Amino acid sequence: MTAGQMSEYRRREESITLSVVGEQPAEDTHEELLTLNFGPHHPATHGVLRLLVTLQGEVVRSIKPVIGYVHTGIEKTAEDKAYWKVIPVVERMDYLSYYFNAMAFCGAVETLAEVEVPKRAQYLRVIHLELNRIASHLIWLGTSALDLGAVSIFLYCLRERELILDLFEMSSGARMHTRYFQVGGVIEDIPAGFVEKARAFTKVMPGRADQYGAILNANQIILERLRGTCAVDADTLLSLGVTGPLLRAAGNPWDLRKAAPYSSYDDFDFKIPVGTVGDNYDRFAVRVAEIYESVKIIDQALDGLPEGPHITTDRKIALPPRHELATSMEALIHHFKLVTEGFRVPPGEVYYPIESPRGELACFVRSDGSSKPARVHMRDPSFVNLQALSHMAEGSYIADMIATLAMLDPILGGIDR
Amino acid sequence: MEIKRERVGTGGAGSSGSDAAGGVPLVDPRALRVNKHDSKELLRGGELLGATAPASMDGDELERYVHERVLTTTVEKAVAWGRSNSFFPLAFGLACCAMEQFQTAGPRMDIGRFGFEAFRASPRQADLIILAGRVSIKMAPIIRRLYDQMLEPKWAISMGACCSSMGVFNNYALVPADKFMPIDVHVPGCPPRPEGLMHGILKLRKMVQDDPDAGWRERYDARGTEEILRDEQVGPGA
Amino acid sequence: MPDATGLELLAKELRESEDVGARAILGTLHFRGRATLEVAPDNIRAVLASLRERGYTSMMSVHGVDYYPHEPRLGVHYELLDMSSVDRMTVVLRVSTDEPVLDSVTPDGEDGRGWPTADHQEREIYDMFGVVFRGHPDLRRILMPEDYEGHPQRRDFPVGGEPVIFTHNEGESHGVTR
Repeated sequence: MTAGQMSEYRRREESITLSVVGEQPAEDTHEELLTLNFGPHHPATHGVLRLLVTLQGEVVRSIKPVIGYVHTGIEKTAEDKAYWKVIPVVERMDYLSYYFNAMAFCGAVETLAEVEVPKRAQYLRVIHLELNRIASHLIWLGTSALDLGAVSIFLYCLRERELILDLFEMSSGARMHTRYFQVGGVIEDIPAGFVEKARAFTKVMPGRADQYGAILNANQIILERLRGTCAVDADTLLSLGVTGPLLRAAGNPWDLRKAAPYSSYDDFDFKIPVGTVGDNYDRFAVRVAEIYESVKIIDQALDGLPEGPHITTDRKIALPPRHELATSMEALIHHFKLVTEGFRVPPGEVYYPIESPRGELACFVRSDGSSKPARVHMRDPSFVNLQALSHMAEGSYIADMIATLAMLDPILGGIDR
Repeated sequence: MEIKRERVGTGGAGSSGSDAAGGVPLVDPRALRVNKHDSKELLRGGELLGATAPASMDGDELERYVHERVLTTTVEKAVAWGRSNSFFPLAFGLACCAMEQFQTAGPRMDIGRFGFEAFRASPRQADLIILAGRVSIKMAPIIRRLYDQMLEPKWAISMGACCSSMGVFNNYALVPADKFMPIDVHVPGCPPRPEGLMHGILKLRKMVQDDPDAGWRERYDARGTEEILRDEQVGPGA
Repeated sequence: MPDATGLELLAKELRESEDVGARAILGTLHFRGRATLEVAPDNIRAVLASLRERGYTSMMSVHGVDYYPHEPRLGVHYELLDMSSVDRMTVVLRVSTDEPVLDSVTPDGEDGRGWPTADHQEREIYDMFGVVFRGHPDLRRILMPEDYEGHPQRRDFPVGGEPVIFTHNEGESHGVTR
């Protein structure tokens, strides 16, 4: 084709000199750092977490978390209510591990008021706590797998969680935020059929967890996304105050259920899964292994469930049983005082730590002798663990940051309170 | 009408010849349109009904025939039916109610059997925002912005006690959702069971089906917050 | 938890040590099996550093308390943990609302390493109680909006909220769409 016969397009194409493209860019062009807003509304942040991420290309250079988008003033509300009314308020804090919030608060108040929890109540508490731990890990697994692309795992985990929520509904009437734990024990004994249904669940759960493992454990995508990414050593994590599965994945076997057992945890025989490298894959594996261990604990607790009262017999703390109200005047007076004013707790301050699915969950209660607490503070594990996010994800790719955020398991309700 | 079965191209009554190359013989396309469903023929109940039907119907008989076989509706109703059966909820969970929202989308109380399982991540693609959880004062302007970014017609469900009223927490940190955006359905509960949320969504669906007038701006006096591109922001090619 | 005598011995040691001194340790308290050390606000970093040498290497929590109406009103509690011997120690200090300034324990200083875990937690105490931490790398509000006025968790801050609407005060309700 001669030049005369070329179309306009071809003529323009010929006029481009490729040498310009091949040259080095001029000195005044520079790489810019891009600050991206992972807004509070984002499908991959677990809850309303806002991250200001500064990127160099696809490499994350700095992360600044901005929280407070679901701050509910729970601690302030709790100061206004009688002790037993604080329990439902405080349960809604870390909204996936509601029994743990209640346990921390009840434990603190029981320590202050020097109330003894009967053995049966302790075993019932352990059963519900471990069921809640499994439920929390199932949601974590489902949403993390959803972030990484394994969409069907989400539905499988929700299916298992329905079984657990059925058990909760059986014992307390509600699926979430059940108000089951009270100061001194549990509010009601478990109904007939609970033990059988719980055993049916523990029989089925390890098999289901094996199914998740079969899909995820040796999956090429999971391995490439999680193996070797965002590892942090245990000492840095400890200096940041990180506890729970994150610390255990890095190799430190710190678990309050074994180190400082509360509520009869020393009666049970279970292992603590510990990782070696501390990367995302270890965090994932540790939590999945914890599901198996929790099933073991539930089985042992169901086997050894002792007879006895389900709440303390101290009538100044716990409501008397209904049938006593018809015959005993004292029971009526106690009932009246407890319902209208609530019980009084001797003045003092107590910090009561327990092991929640995310780490050390502790409740600080300050009492001034009246029937309402003067200060309730929950030391939430996600709040402290979030500080480790920048140490984990800085220097890696955005995709790794998403995977790390998923493995961090932040619950914004606990972070913001 | 009789249906003649003939092999294509092998002798027969077709007027078509074969391909010059001797391969698949060409067929006259018009001969293939055997079942010509002419609407007039259908309505008249003509040849299709066979020998027993009258050749044509008129007047009342025709009207009855049509009523039995054809569905008439207004465009609004048809559109409302379509809109109500295909909500695209915005994937938006704030707190504990979000966990029950997951369970509603889960296998047992399957939101997909109603057609609502397509949770969109972007508000521009969603038409239903389910406020699941407590709205704090820091989050309220962001939710309002998300709501403004949704395209009309849009609906909002306030799930749970915390956003419908203040819920368990009547304190400085929360805002009931009614204060800053129009809500169509409030679902009580703390958190509402998946059945409860489903009931709320189906109520909304009924509401949209019955009232095709999507004049929600007038109903809720919700003017003044629309996102409108300023003139200089109009895109290329304008 | 160190028992009562152990706590007293520890306090005595700290009083006699050089970097802490007797002025710093204001008191001890052993309550329900838990040990608390009350210190003066100026010496908090020194006290924490010497406790770290004595094995309390992890800081588990930093939280604030409002002791209204007792003065000085604002208290800050530091929860320390010794992982190897599973020991906990609480360090308490009080500042008044007139001058709520305190050294931040987050950054590393000339007096030793800091405690990075206190970063967000000190911000929360600043947000909720108004205690200003000198030397904190990034002291801004963390839970409330940045331009919020007031410190919500102080006991004289009103709880707030919406009025509960019954039939007799229906007119007060605003914001509910009809």
